[in-house]
Amino acid sequence: MVMNDKKLQVSAIKNGTVIDHIPASGLFKVIKILGLDKLEKQITFGTNLESKRLGLKAIIKLADIFFLDDDINKISLIAPDAKLNIIKDYKVVEKKIVEVPDTITGIAKCGNPKCITNHEGIKSRFTVVNKKQVAIKCHYCEKITDSAHMEIF
Amino acid sequence: MENNHLISITDYSKEEIFKILDLAAEFERNPNQNLLNNKVIATLFFEPSTRTRLSFESAISRLGGKYIGFTDASSSSVSKGESLKDTIMTVANYSDMIIMRHPIEGSARWASEVSRVPVVNAGDGANQHPTQTLLDLYSIRKTQGTLDNLNIIFVGDLKYGRTVHSLLQAMAMFNTTYHFVSPKELRIPDEYKIFLDRKGLKYHEYRDLNETVNDADIIYMTRIQRERFSDPMEYEKTKNSYVLKNEMLENTKDNMKVLHPLPRVNEIDVNVDENEKAYYFTQALNGVYTRQAIITHILGLKK
Ligand SMILES: [Zn+2]
Repeated sequence: MVMNDKKLQVSAIKNGTVIDHIPASGLFKVIKILGLDKLEKQITFGTNLESKRLGLKAIIKLADIFFLDDDINKISLIAPDAKLNIIKDYKVVEKKIVEVPDTITGIAKCGNPKCITNHEGIKSRFTVVNKKQVAIKCHYCEKITDSAHMEIF
Repeated sequence: MENNHLISITDYSKEEIFKILDLAAEFERNPNQNLLNNKVIATLFFEPSTRTRLSFESAISRLGGKYIGFTDASSSSVSKGESLKDTIMTVANYSDMIIMRHPIEGSARWASEVSRVPVVNAGDGANQHPTQTLLDLYSIRKTQGTLDNLNIIFVGDLKYGRTVHSLLQAMAMFNTTYHFVSPKELRIPDEYKIFLDRKGLKYHEYRDLNETVNDADIIYMTRIQRERFSDPMEYEKTKNSYVLKNEMLENTKDNMKVLHPLPRVNEIDVNVDENEKAYYFTQALNGVYTRQAIITHILGLKK
C-alpha cells in the first residue's frame, strides 16, 4: 500500500495523527470530546473543506499526539465516518476508522427532560442499542435517545 | 444480581421471577409471618401514591416489621432543596431497606447506587414500577395456571402507561401474543414494537375494543386521561370506545380475566365488577403477597 499522503488540504506534520472526514458541523464537539482545547501540542484545524460524502468536512492534524482506541471511539457519536491517519516521519503508517463503543459514559446528555441525570449532578451512562443509526439507552431512565436528538456536552 | 435491589423488571431473570411468584403463593396461604421482627423499612413517597404505599405498609405490617417515611415530598426535607442523594444516604442510616416512589425517571437506579441498604422502586416517573409488574405476573399465573403462550389484550393509554410497558417486557419471556387496543394518539410506542420484533413475538394493533376480546386470555385495562390528548375533541370522540362493558364479555373464553392496575375511573363499567371474569380487586390483594415476597427475598429472609 502506498502511504504517501498528497490530498490532505492542510500542511503536513512529521509525527502524529490526522483525523479526517469529520462533518464540518461537528468539529467543535470533536474538539471538546477529545479535550483538544487543553492540549499544548501543535494542532491544525481545517473546516468547511469540500467532501463528496459529507458535503463539508473538517480535518484535524495533531503533532505528536496518538490516541487510544477507547478515547478516539468517543467521537463516533459525532463523526461516525471519521478516519484516522497515523503519521510517522511524514508518512501514513496506519489507517483506522472509529467504532461506536458498547457503552458511553459522560459524553452525551440524556434526551429525556424528566431523567434524573438532568436534575442532579450525575455522570450520564448509556448502552448503545443501535450502532448503525446511533441510538443510546440511558442507564438511569431507560429511555432511548437517537442521533437526531443527541446532545453532546 | 450483584446488588440486592429491585429497580427494573428487566433486572430479573425468569428464575428470579418464578422465585418471587412461588414465595408470593406461600404468603397467600400464610400471610402473617413474623419475619421482619426488629427490622425498619423506609417508605419514601416523593410523590403521593396512596394505593401503592398502603399495599407496601400492609405487607410490612403482616410481616411484623416497622416502617418510617413520608407520604409526599412537601412533608420532608426535599421541600427544603435537599438532593436525592443526601436524602437516601441519610435514610439508609435509619433503615434496613428503602422503598421509594419518585416522579423523576431513573431516580430509583441512582438511589440504589448511593444507598448502603437495598432499594425497591415503587415507581419512578413514567419509567418502571416492577412490584406492580410482579403482582400482575402473579395474577396472570394464578388465573391461567401458566405464563406461557397467552393472548393478552392491552387497552387504553398504551403510550404513557408504565405498567403496560413493564408487563409487556416481562411477558416477552413467555411467548406471549400481544393485542394493543388504543386511540391513535396513545398507541404503543415504536420502541416497544421494535423490541417485540427483535424477540420474534406477534402483536396486533386495533382501534376498536370489540374487534379482539373473544380470543383473549387476559384483558389488561388502563385509564385514559383527558390531559394526554392534544385535541380535546379527539378525547370526547374516542373515550367511550375504550370502556369495557359486561355484554362485551359474553363470548370471551372461560379462563379469561380482566386486570387493571387501579385506580379505575370509568374505563370498566361498574356492572363488570360482579362478573366472575373481573379480577382487578383480587389483583390488588395479590399485590400485598407479592410485596411480602419481594421484601423477604431481597433481605434474604426467605431462601
Ligand atoms: Zn435518562
